[in-house]
Amino acid sequence: MTDRSKFIIENLNAYWSDVQVLRSININIVSNKILGIIGPSGSGKTVFLRTLNRLNDLVPEIRIDGRILLDGKDIYDPDVDPVELRKKIGIVFALPIPLPASIHDNVIYGPSLSGIRNRHKLDELVEKSLKSAFLWDEVRDRLTTSAMRLSGGQQQRLCLARILAMEPDVIMLDEPCSGLDPISTSQIESALTELKKEYTIILVTNNTKQAARVADNTAFFLMNEMIEYGPTDVIFTVPRDKRTIDYITGRFG
Amino acid sequence: MMKLFSEKSIKKALTVIAFSAIAALLLIVVFIILEGLPFIFKVGISDFLFSSEWEPQMGRFGIFPMIIGSLVVTLGSMIVGIPLALSGAIFLSEFVPRWAMRIIKPTIELLAGIPSVVYGFIGVMVLAPLIRDYLGGPGLSILAASIILGIMILPTILSISIDSLKAVPQSYREGAFALGATHWQTIHMAVLPAAKSGIIAGIILGLGRAIGETMAVIMVTGNAVILPKSPLYSVRTLTANIALEMGYATGMHRQSLFATGVILLIIIMVLNYTATIAIRRRVGKK
Amino acid sequence: MIIRPKYTQVLAVSLLVLATLATLAILVFIIVFVLGKGLPNINAEFLFSNPEDMGRAGGIFPTIVGTVALTLTAICIATPFGVGTAVFLTEYTRESRITRIIRFGADCLAGIPSIIFGLFGFIFFVTYLRMGWSILSGSLTLAFMILPTIIRTSEEAIKSVPYSYREVSFSLGATLWQTVYKVVLPNALPGILTGVMLSVGRSIGETAAIIFTAGSSLRTPHSLFDSVRTMSVHFYILAREGLSNEKAYATATVLIVSILMINLSSYWLMNRFILRKTK
Ligand SMILES: Nc1ncnc2c1ncn2[C@@H]1O[C@H](COP(=O)(O)OP(=O)(O)OP(=O)(O)O)[C@@H](O)[C@H]1O
Ligand SMILES: [Mg+2]
Repeated sequence: MTDRSKFIIENLNAYWSDVQVLRSININIVSNKILGIIGPSGSGKTVFLRTLNRLNDLVPEIRIDGRILLDGKDIYDPDVDPVELRKKIGIVFALPIPLPASIHDNVIYGPSLSGIRNRHKLDELVEKSLKSAFLWDEVRDRLTTSAMRLSGGQQQRLCLARILAMEPDVIMLDEPCSGLDPISTSQIESALTELKKEYTIILVTNNTKQAARVADNTAFFLMNEMIEYGPTDVIFTVPRDKRTIDYITGRFG
Repeated sequence: MMKLFSEKSIKKALTVIAFSAIAALLLIVVFIILEGLPFIFKVGISDFLFSSEWEPQMGRFGIFPMIIGSLVVTLGSMIVGIPLALSGAIFLSEFVPRWAMRIIKPTIELLAGIPSVVYGFIGVMVLAPLIRDYLGGPGLSILAASIILGIMILPTILSISIDSLKAVPQSYREGAFALGATHWQTIHMAVLPAAKSGIIAGIILGLGRAIGETMAVIMVTGNAVILPKSPLYSVRTLTANIALEMGYATGMHRQSLFATGVILLIIIMVLNYTATIAIRRRVGKK
Repeated sequence: MIIRPKYTQVLAVSLLVLATLATLAILVFIIVFVLGKGLPNINAEFLFSNPEDMGRAGGIFPTIVGTVALTLTAICIATPFGVGTAVFLTEYTRESRITRIIRFGADCLAGIPSIIFGLFGFIFFVTYLRMGWSILSGSLTLAFMILPTIIRTSEEAIKSVPYSYREVSFSLGATLWQTVYKVVLPNALPGILTGVMLSVGRSIGETAAIIFTAGSSLRTPHSLFDSVRTMSVHFYILAREGLSNEKAYATATVLIVSILMINLSSYWLMNRFILRKTK
């Protein structure tokens, strides 16, 4: 498989009011690979993800400049509709946030927004997405019960299924396993490894070992900057920057 | 493209709708003023406000007795209502456990839903005879109206005062307790001053309600157009004057009632503005 | 020296207790008194037959119909405007001079006495727009009156929907309106309904704004353009003109019981709403 760029990001800066929260980020995100982003708390990982699907547009305090090309097209061009963009780039937040509705309705939320009404098609989508998120077997008998009644790990996989049902191009996950036990974590990791065949995946994680386990490429963020970026095995064995070594070996706060 | 369009038109529609409250307010103010203001100019503002002769058939339109009537009845209701409401608010917010509050406060607010005509009826059936038998006079009087109105505005003042007392940070109380103050001293020195502007806002809203009240007042004041000499006298309020004569008034007479409405509106607006400022000051302090 | 503050404390607290008890006693007395005199006179015939002899005899059926018609129409008119305003204020704009003006307008409207609404409704709807004394004039006037309550409670309800739900909805490719319609409003519904119920209660008890706009016809209405007499107007006329105390108490009882029931159910709704949110 040849390496094709999904995202090309050039000289991206972001400011929260007057404070710079991202400093000239340059990165190529490769199709059908998992990009792991690691870095300490407050380094700008979440802000970075949210610029990629223009979710930051909703936060008036945030201003950005630079170029973000998705399949060669700048997503901040005036003719790009952020609503359509977000359908192509799904995001799973750090805390699982099911909408207060049934499991079934959570999964079909995205597709039904796009006007898909056909019940048969929707049911198919629900089954397929829940299967890809490794959740189907646990919930197949209670699709109509409230999503609020699922466990935390199940809720997070539901959130994953919910974006899979939109049939996006890119899946972004922001520390999806931070509140989860090792079993739920490994379920999500297996799901991701399967999913990268069809999707480009960006995984922000606080857990460096997780990046080492599943990411193909890894980027290290520190103090609003991207310090180092490369194939995961290189980053974890022979990093170029001393700060990367310090962080990976846990010598960092 | 279609979707973008509908999204935009929804926003436009909501923007228009959002001005409905302002539009309603303006419409009301404009129509009352259009109907009432020319009359005030014709009769002359000082004759209208300060003459005591109200004989619409004879072309005499002095609402001074009604202004006094509204003022004394409102003042009376404050004298009855404020002490009860404040004591109740302090007791309920400081001494009553949370679970009991959960029952008592809704009860009080439920009772705020009793229609004013019912209060008026109680005034006529129960209170007025008592006053007539034990204190003399016609019974239907300033005193009766003050008591009934005082009770009617209790829930308003009570619930706003409870809210603002509850909003005083616990640290204020702890500070006073730490200095060895009793619970009452703490309330008196630390809690009440901190909740003051909220309580004042509640009182002003109650005041507005008392001045604006119509049906209960018509039933219990007796509606005599005179300048009262004691609380046992019958009076007529501005609101009662409008409601009593609206049914049959025409021409100048009707305009005079709208002019009375203008005066009432001005009084209420000033009160509301004061209350808004008091509330804003409370919010600003937090 | 040490005892004195304690004495003040005991004295003050006893006074507070007394005042509180007096307050509660008065309010409870009113209800018990009216219900005590009214309940014995209420039966199916009273509820479902027409009044006779100006209300001295017979029932109150047309006034029940009038009350329901007037209140429902008013709610149907005011709710879309109130909820729409709340949606605009919370979702479609940021705090600004405009939102402050709108809120100020709603506050002012809330403070206007009902007799002024009555005057306005009479001159504007009844006379100027030539709707006459009718359900339509009365309910439009009522709608003006309850608008601020609905705006306020809807705004509170909408604000209490967690921001994260909106973010999830946007991230799944929803537009602003889709988010409002599919996520915000359904979750704010119980709170919005509470405000609507409170407004229903207020409309049922209203007299001054209605008597000059809806009139006082005792016939059962057949269209929005018919004049009606509501229960509270009927009660007022019975009581004031001394037609029949017995019927007045009975009417007041029906009035109070329906308002209490409506307010109680709105509290129940509100509590369920809060419970669900904290769960
Ligand atoms: N609501 C906010 N207001 C002001 N600044 C914010 C806000 N949210 C984030 N920031 C700033 O943006 C910068 C980047 O934050 P971001 O959330 O992207 O960090 P992160 O790397 O995702 O951290 P974590 O691992 O804790 O999630 C931080 O310096 C933070 O202070
Ligand atoms: Mg983060």
